[in-house]
Amino acid sequence: MNPLDVLRFGWGALSGHRLRTGLSVGGVAVGIAAVVALTALGEGARRYVVQEFTSLGSNLLIVIPGKVETTGTLPFGGVVHDLTVADARAIAQRLPEIVRTAPVAVATDLVQYRDRGRSVPILGTTGAYQFVRQVRVAAGRFLPPGSAQHGGSGIVLGPKVAAELFRGDNPLGKIVRVGPYRFRVIGVMAPKGRSLGFDFDDLVFIPVGTAMRIFNRSSLFRILCEVRTASDLGRAKRRVLSLLRERHRVDDVTVITQDAVLSAFSSILSALTLALVAIASVSLTVAGVGIMNVMLVSVTERRREIGLLKAVGATNGQVLVAFLTEATILSTAGGLAGLGLGLAAVRIFVHLYPGFPASPPAWSLAAALGTAVLVGTVFGVVPARRATRLDPVSALTGR
Amino acid sequence: MIQLERISRVYHVGDSEVHALRDVSLEIAGGEHLAIIGPSGSGKSTLMHILGCLDRPSSGSYRFGGREVGALSEEERSHLRQQEIGFVFQFFHLLPRLTAVGNVELPMLFAGVGRRERRRRATEALRAVGLEDRMEHRPDQLSGGQRQRVAIARAVVMEPSLLLADEPTGNLDRASAEEVMELLESMNREGRTLVVVTHDPEVAARARRIVRMSDGELQAEAAGDGT
Repeated sequence: MNPLDVLRFGWGALSGHRLRTGLSVGGVAVGIAAVVALTALGEGARRYVVQEFTSLGSNLLIVIPGKVETTGTLPFGGVVHDLTVADARAIAQRLPEIVRTAPVAVATDLVQYRDRGRSVPILGTTGAYQFVRQVRVAAGRFLPPGSAQHGGSGIVLGPKVAAELFRGDNPLGKIVRVGPYRFRVIGVMAPKGRSLGFDFDDLVFIPVGTAMRIFNRSSLFRILCEVRTASDLGRAKRRVLSLLRERHRVDDVTVITQDAVLSAFSSILSALTLALVAIASVSLTVAGVGIMNVMLVSVTERRREIGLLKAVGATNGQVLVAFLTEATILSTAGGLAGLGLGLAAVRIFVHLYPGFPASPPAWSLAAALGTAVLVGTVFGVVPARRATRLDPVSALTGR
Repeated sequence: MIQLERISRVYHVGDSEVHALRDVSLEIAGGEHLAIIGPSGSGKSTLMHILGCLDRPSSGSYRFGGREVGALSEEERSHLRQQEIGFVFQFFHLLPRLTAVGNVELPMLFAGVGRRERRRRATEALRAVGLEDRMEHRPDQLSGGQRQRVAIARAVVMEPSLLLADEPTGNLDRASAEEVMELLESMNREGRTLVVVTHDPEVAARARRIVRMSDGELQAEAAGDGT
C-alpha cells in the first residue's frame, strides 16, 4: 500500500468531519503554541540576562573581601583583612594578565545642589572604572586617572541625578554637597539604563580616596579587574588569589568571574524554561487524549467501513496503519498550526516589549513538532488496534 | 473449486451455545451459479461468511482451490479475499465519502495497485455495469440500483474467481433487482463462480442449483430454472 494513498485515504476520512477534525487539530495547536511561546519567553529571559552581563563589561574578575566558605577553626568566622586601594594597585602592576583595576567603595548619602537633594548610591572609584565597566561620559570628563591616594573633590553625576538636581541647567563646574563636603561637578554620564535591577543612571562617582575618608571606610567594597583576554580568566583568577594571599598572609578574599555568575543564571533560567515546557506539555497530553477520544469515536462509527475494508482484502496491518495515519495527520496538522500560532504570539509579544529578546530556540521548534507527531501516533495506537481487532462479520452486519 | 466437509460454526452467547451451522458439507464447482435459500436465522449468512473467509468454522474442513483455508494465517486469508473473492452486500457498503470510482478503486488500494492503473480498471469496471456517466457521483447521489451496480463493479474489479452476493436485491425495487441479477448472471457467464444467498424464492430460482438451509443444516438440493 503506497504511503501517499494511505495519506489520501486518511485525509478523506478526516475531511468528512470538519468540526471534529478542526477541534482536535486545535487542541494540539494550542498545546504546541504554548510550548513554543513559553520556551521563547524562557530563552528570552536567558538572553536578556546574558546581554545585561555583557553590558557590564566582559573579561571581568571581581574581588570581594571575605572568604566564601564555612570554617570551624577560627572563632567568629575568622579575621578578614581589609581590601585596600594598595591591593588594587598591586594587582594591576604585578600581574601581566590584568590590564587595569578599579577599586570600588560604596555608600549612600544625600547629594545636594542648592535646595534640592537626592539620596543616591555614591561610588568611590578611579578613572579606570570607565574602561572596566565600559561606561561613557556625556559631558565633561570622568574621574582623573588619579594620584597615589586618589583624593580630590571632583564628582561625576549619573544622568538622572543631573537632571533631577539641575533641572536643565548645565551642571558642569557647579558645586554640589555630599553631606558637609563640597564637590565640583566635572562630568555627567551618558545614560546606560537599568541593569539587573540596578539603575546605573541614578548614582554619582567620586574619587575612591575621598570616599573612604569621608565615609570612614577602611575596606573597599570590591576590586574590579579587567583581564587581557577571556582565555586568561582562569589563570588570572588564580594569580589574583595567590597575590592577595601573599599580601594578606591568609586566604581571605573571594574572586568571582562574570561567566561564573552568568552560567549560574543561565542554568537557573534553562531550568525555568524546562519547567515551563513541562507545564505546557500537560496541555499536549490533554490534546493527545482528545485525539484518542476522537479516534475511538471514529472507529465506533466506522465499524461497517472497517468490516468492508477487511472484506475487500485489507490486512490487519493495513487497517492499523490507516487509522494510525489518521491520528498522526491530526496531530501533525495541529503541530504545524501550533508552530504558526506560537510564532505569531511571540512576534506580537516582541512587538509590545521590544527590549525583551523573546525568541524560541530552534531545538524547541523541532522538539515541539516532533512531540506533536509522536502524540498523535502514541494516542492513536489504542483506537487503531481496536479497529484492527474488529470482527469483520459483526462489523459488517452491525451486530 | 470449493469443498466444505462437515462444517460447524458454534457461537457462545453467555453460557449457552448457538449452533449456526451443523455438519454442512457442500461442493461448488468452478463457474457454477448456486443459490442458498432459507429463512432468516437458518445459517445461510454464516455459511456465506465462511465461504468468504470472513469467518472461521468451529470444526470441519474448508478447501478453496485445493488449499485448506483453516491452515491459512490471518494475512493469507486477507490476501485470498483480495485476489479471489468479491462481495456484494444487501446494504451495498459503499463508503459515503468516496465517489463511485473511488469506491471501486478501494480493493486495489489495499492491493497496492498504482494510481493510474486503479483509475483505468475502476473506470472499465464501472463501464461494464453501465455507470460510465456516474463515475464522480457519491453514493447519496445514486439510486439503490445504481449503488448496487457500483458495489458489483467493486466486487469484480480484482478479477476474483468467486462472487458472493448476500441478499443482493433485498433493498431494491423490482426493476433494479432484475437489472442487478442480470448483471450478476452476466459475470457468472464470464466464468466466475456465483453464490447468491437469499430468502426470496424468485431470486433463488434463477440459479442452476439451489440448496435449502434450515436451522443450520442443509435440507435439500434442487435444480433451478437457470440455464
